[in-house]
Amino acid sequence: MQKFTTFTDTAIPLGIENIDTDQIIPARFLKATDRKGFGDNVFRDWRYNKDNSINHDFVLNNDTYQGEILIAGHNFGCGSSREHAAWALAGYPFKVIISSFFADIFKGNALNNGLLPIEVSPTFLKKLLHEVTEKPKTSITINLEKQTISCSIGVESFEIDPYKKVCLLNGYDDIDFLISKKEQIEAFEASL
Amino acid sequence: MGKTLFDKVWDAHVVDEIPNGPQILYIDKHLIHEVTSPQAFAALAERNIPIARPDKTVATADHNTPTLNQHLPIQDPLSRSQLEQLTENCKKNNITLYGLGHKYNGIVHVMAPELGITQPGMSIVCGDSHTSTHGAFGSIAFGIGTSQVAQVFASQCLLLEKPKKMRITVNGTLKKGVLPKDVILYIIAQLGTNAGTGYFCEYAGEVFENMSMEGRMTVCNMSIEMGARGGMIAPDETTFNYVKGRKFAPKGEEFDQKVAYWKTLRTDDDAEFDQEYHFDASEISPMITYGTNPGMGIAINEKIPHQEDPSFKKSLAYMDFKAGDSLLNTPINYVFIGSCTNARIEDFRVVADYVKGKQKASNVHAWLVPGSREVVKQIEEEGLNKIFNEAGFQLRQPGCSACLAMNDDKIPEGEYCVSTSNRNFEGRQGQGARTILASPLVAAATAIEGKLIDVTKQLN
Ligand code: SF4
Repeated sequence: MQKFTTFTDTAIPLGIENIDTDQIIPARFLKATDRKGFGDNVFRDWRYNKDNSINHDFVLNNDTYQGEILIAGHNFGCGSSREHAAWALAGYPFKVIISSFFADIFKGNALNNGLLPIEVSPTFLKKLLHEVTEKPKTSITINLEKQTISCSIGVESFEIDPYKKVCLLNGYDDIDFLISKKEQIEAFEASL
Repeated sequence: MGKTLFDKVWDAHVVDEIPNGPQILYIDKHLIHEVTSPQAFAALAERNIPIARPDKTVATADHNTPTLNQHLPIQDPLSRSQLEQLTENCKKNNITLYGLGHKYNGIVHVMAPELGITQPGMSIVCGDSHTSTHGAFGSIAFGIGTSQVAQVFASQCLLLEKPKKMRITVNGTLKKGVLPKDVILYIIAQLGTNAGTGYFCEYAGEVFENMSMEGRMTVCNMSIEMGARGGMIAPDETTFNYVKGRKFAPKGEEFDQKVAYWKTLRTDDDAEFDQEYHFDASEISPMITYGTNPGMGIAINEKIPHQEDPSFKKSLAYMDFKAGDSLLNTPINYVFIGSCTNARIEDFRVVADYVKGKQKASNVHAWLVPGSREVVKQIEEEGLNKIFNEAGFQLRQPGCSACLAMNDDKIPEGEYCVSTSNRNFEGRQGQGARTILASPLVAAATAIEGKLIDVTKQLN
């Protein structure tokens, strides 16, 4: 996994509430046996019309908005627990999702795949969505170490599981994390 | 405050604690089999990570193996390729494999204790939920998912939150004909299939103290069926005597030193549990299940209870039983005596004892599937195979067999099977098959009579 320390980018506003994992990646794309390629189909049924033509009304198809930060409405990632949703978003690629609430399992899946879900207050989210929609060049900075998100509208801090924070800062997943503890584990083994 | 048995073994394996996060738990033994290991091997190979401790990993083939003609090439292409992959993965990574046909081959939860791989005070994991079996030795043993199999491969450790602690105490004397399987079916029927969720369960009291290792394994095996992460019983003389002299057990002075340590693995008098239950042994009768989860159990001479719950009704509809009915005299065409719950030598002794000189009913297919090659050997040495032959039972080769019907051993649609296994879920033993869980004694009696009978009446 890639390290995540600080990150600055513009963002894509998608102020819809209750976006479920079926919208993020429709069930018909789940048959693949590895994790690659899901990014192509993220929000598939919003990005494309029924006849497979591009839906120009959808924000991902609007060149005004760019960046690897997605700002989404309340309760993002609800519905089925499929990890494919996190793979699809990370594969698109997004590095950060901002919302005022994330579904629990989605949050865990995102963190395990190097995708940072940032929970902000509903007021901050509302202001942020407005700012970015009006001024697409608004740049947002995330400082994971300090757990802050800042842009022209102000600074807000966010919470993150301390273990997952260490993982992201170092670019580890559980396997990498355990391997990083090799010396300690070996010392433990020797003491047995 | 004192420590519980679980605390003592768990805490002894904590390498490190992540502040506000999980603990790193060291794993002494990692058991693997053909079904849940291939993706984990692949995950490591992709990232070029070597297996940390192949010497602490032991493999067997059991879930997908045929139980007849094991010397011939495997017919089913899926099973064959899984077994080939396991062989190749073990070879590449220097992992000991007791594959099909090997003298130590068997169901992972039967062969490991038999070989002395399972020992008190250990932490043991396997990509299989019934790993809880090994807790019978006073070890912490639990099933893990494939991504966790990969974690253990990579580091010999797991990241885990420590579970809560529960104790179930059963005191008193068991009635004649009441076996360890009845004890655990009774407990699950009393507590339900969710009572153990989030807990590690210690079984304590006279009943477990007086139980053989085989019986303790049967009990701990089904801990998962009440939702518990695992079950365990404090090691004692019965445990030490069982372990002593087994192939991978410590020898001589090392053994004595180990025993001295193992003796400390008891719950302190002032230790506290998050949850406690007490039962009276004399209340327990031979049990059967009537529904499609292991908590739907009754004494064999009881009637099916009434419940309005739609899932309860759906379950009875699947089984084609009615609330208020007794199951006595229900005709049964299939009897399966096997699985990691009840396929140890003691189970076959119980069966042999009962069927000796009797004949199975002509309508019954009676499958005896030993848990391991070692069990087969013992059956032959003790001459039990002759008894089974004469009684018309079919003695097959070791494997998981009809416990999960992944191989050819399936119960036909609509048929009832009195089974010594651990799960009576819809379709578990074959599409549309109807499973009635029971002890080896009840299963043997059913095979002889061709129907469910109150076996206690015969014994008294
Ligand atoms: S016998 Fe049944 S429960 Fe035991 S390991 Fe095999 S499939 Fe699982």
